[in-house]
Amino acid sequence: MTAVTLAGAEADPRRRLKVLASQEALLAIAVIVLAIAVGLYNPRFLAARNLSDVLLGNAYIAVAAVGMSMVIISGNIDISVGALIGVLATISGTLAVNGAPIVVAWLAAVVAGILVMALQGAIIAYLRIPAIVVTLGMLSILKGGLISVTGGKWITDLPDSFHLADIELFGVLPFPVFLMILVTILAALWMRYSASGRAIYAVGGNAEAARLCGISRPRTVVMVFVLHGFFAGAAALLYATQLRVIQSTVPPNLELTIITAAVVGGVSILGGVGTVIGATLAAVLIAEIASALVFIDVSPYWIRAVQGVLILVTVIADILRRRRMAGARAP
Amino acid sequence: MSEVPLRHHAKRVVPWWLLRHETMLALILLIALIVLGSMNNRFLTLDNLLNQGRLTTEVGLIALPMTFIIITGGIDLSVGSIVGLCAILLGYSWKVLGFPLPLAICFSLLVGAAAGFLNGIVITRVKVPPLIMTIATLALYRGLAEGISQARSVRGYPEWFYFIGQENFFGVPAQLWLLLIAIVVSAIVLDRTTFGRTLYAIGNNETAARFSGLPVDRVKLIIYTLSGLMAGLSACVLVSRVTTTRSDMGIGYELDVIAAVVLGGTSIFGGVGTIWGTVIGLAMIQLLKNGLALTGVKGDATIVVIGTVLILSTLVASALQRRREGV
Repeated sequence: MTAVTLAGAEADPRRRLKVLASQEALLAIAVIVLAIAVGLYNPRFLAARNLSDVLLGNAYIAVAAVGMSMVIISGNIDISVGALIGVLATISGTLAVNGAPIVVAWLAAVVAGILVMALQGAIIAYLRIPAIVVTLGMLSILKGGLISVTGGKWITDLPDSFHLADIELFGVLPFPVFLMILVTILAALWMRYSASGRAIYAVGGNAEAARLCGISRPRTVVMVFVLHGFFAGAAALLYATQLRVIQSTVPPNLELTIITAAVVGGVSILGGVGTVIGATLAAVLIAEIASALVFIDVSPYWIRAVQGVLILVTVIADILRRRRMAGARAP
Repeated sequence: MSEVPLRHHAKRVVPWWLLRHETMLALILLIALIVLGSMNNRFLTLDNLLNQGRLTTEVGLIALPMTFIIITGGIDLSVGSIVGLCAILLGYSWKVLGFPLPLAICFSLLVGAAAGFLNGIVITRVKVPPLIMTIATLALYRGLAEGISQARSVRGYPEWFYFIGQENFFGVPAQLWLLLIAIVVSAIVLDRTTFGRTLYAIGNNETAARFSGLPVDRVKLIIYTLSGLMAGLSACVLVSRVTTTRSDMGIGYELDVIAAVVLGGTSIFGGVGTIWGTVIGLAMIQLLKNGLALTGVKGDATIVVIGTVLILSTLVASALQRRREGV
């Protein structure tokens, strides 16, 4: 494990950028080729209505995957995010139907997301408990807590103004898609060009080297989790405000889909490598595949198996490619 | 300067074994038993305790190989999905393909082992980290179960098949015997065999283990295969207990299993852990669930308690660890 991490960190930065760009280019090509192929089989797939539904309905996964990418690049993992999104959606919806100002209902989700993640980040960074244990415990707490408090009740009669996801900017651009693109670009720029963004790669790639460069690992990890909380809040907002009825339960397997998007997008689970653009493209690709299966008359029960194969192939390809890179440099 | 003799002093006053995670957990378990027993008189009856043993068997069977895996510093998130896949294949091969039931059981166990073997072979050969490999197969195996079953369930098994899941053997639930045997065998293997000690060596320092000539990859391949096999066994017990086969069986098992193992003092970083700790962890979770339910706490609130106990016990364990090492 160490060997691979070191190889990733030591690699010529120009070559590494090129490789990462190719991962993103590959994903973009896959998105387009898949759309054309399925469109040839069933032209209804390419209808503007369907394509925008695919993007609209899944933008929140891309937004959450941006935060998850940062967490994984920093060398951690978060399996509580799916449960958290369920809790935040319920908080926001409950406030909205109980007459809180809509802006407060929106902001509450984001603030609560930041608080929960900041707490987890602090436990992970300062008390040195592994992220998988902390987020596993938090998953239990959030999931159990949500159902015991609400009894899994449905929140209905949401005010019309609550539906943030229905807003179209300039009459054409749906707000979720706009937010997805904006968040991805800002996060990508920040991670590539700012010192604190680079610190995430440094901590995930080689914590000891980062420490010697004067980068505080605990502080970086807490920062990453605070940002992740912000993105989880934004994702919950998009998720909740596109629903007519919010069911107060945890959306099943959401954390898995979000982690999948990050990993298929080229984020290395070993830490230190990856970009948020890849994660967003992967989220779009995964949503597109799920929709495509319906249009080529494959039973939707096979969706998860296809997702599994997709992660498997990407991960194995990623590892092999990196090994070849390390091998090519060795002599 | 004055801290060193103080720490030395403290060490002598408190015997080392009292600070062990397992001992602390056993004490907490004892207190929980007394408190829960005094709150409800149905709790501390033999019938209830045996029945709780019955319910914990499916998770328990998987928690034993998971202890091995986590000791090596690995993890297996796909076990719940393997349970689902094996359950579906048991029902499918019997009802649809027309296998005799004993053959169907063997087939499903074989598929479980093969699923674990696939995890192991990719983890050791391609060097995909266990966490990510088993996240991929968590999706893949569950997807196969869903795809093969198409949401149809299979029921109506012959009477003899329900023995393991529902009957008693010498007054003890049949599957509890299975779990007890598995516990004893795992404990002996981990404590008394070269294979078991190799697991600690890998968890403590894999590179050193390799240079010492230990068959690291072969040992890893064996434990992931074992994990899949035990998940298959767990699926058979589960189907026999609940009398039906569905593709959503075993969802979330991986979290219950890992919680029990980590609660039992096995370090997620590898190198540390015992089977006894895992057994206490399992008992703790099941008795908390049952005891809280009997005293009127709703099922979902007990999950909150378990999550909190998990985080707090890890906090205490790592604090003690640091203290012992004098960091």
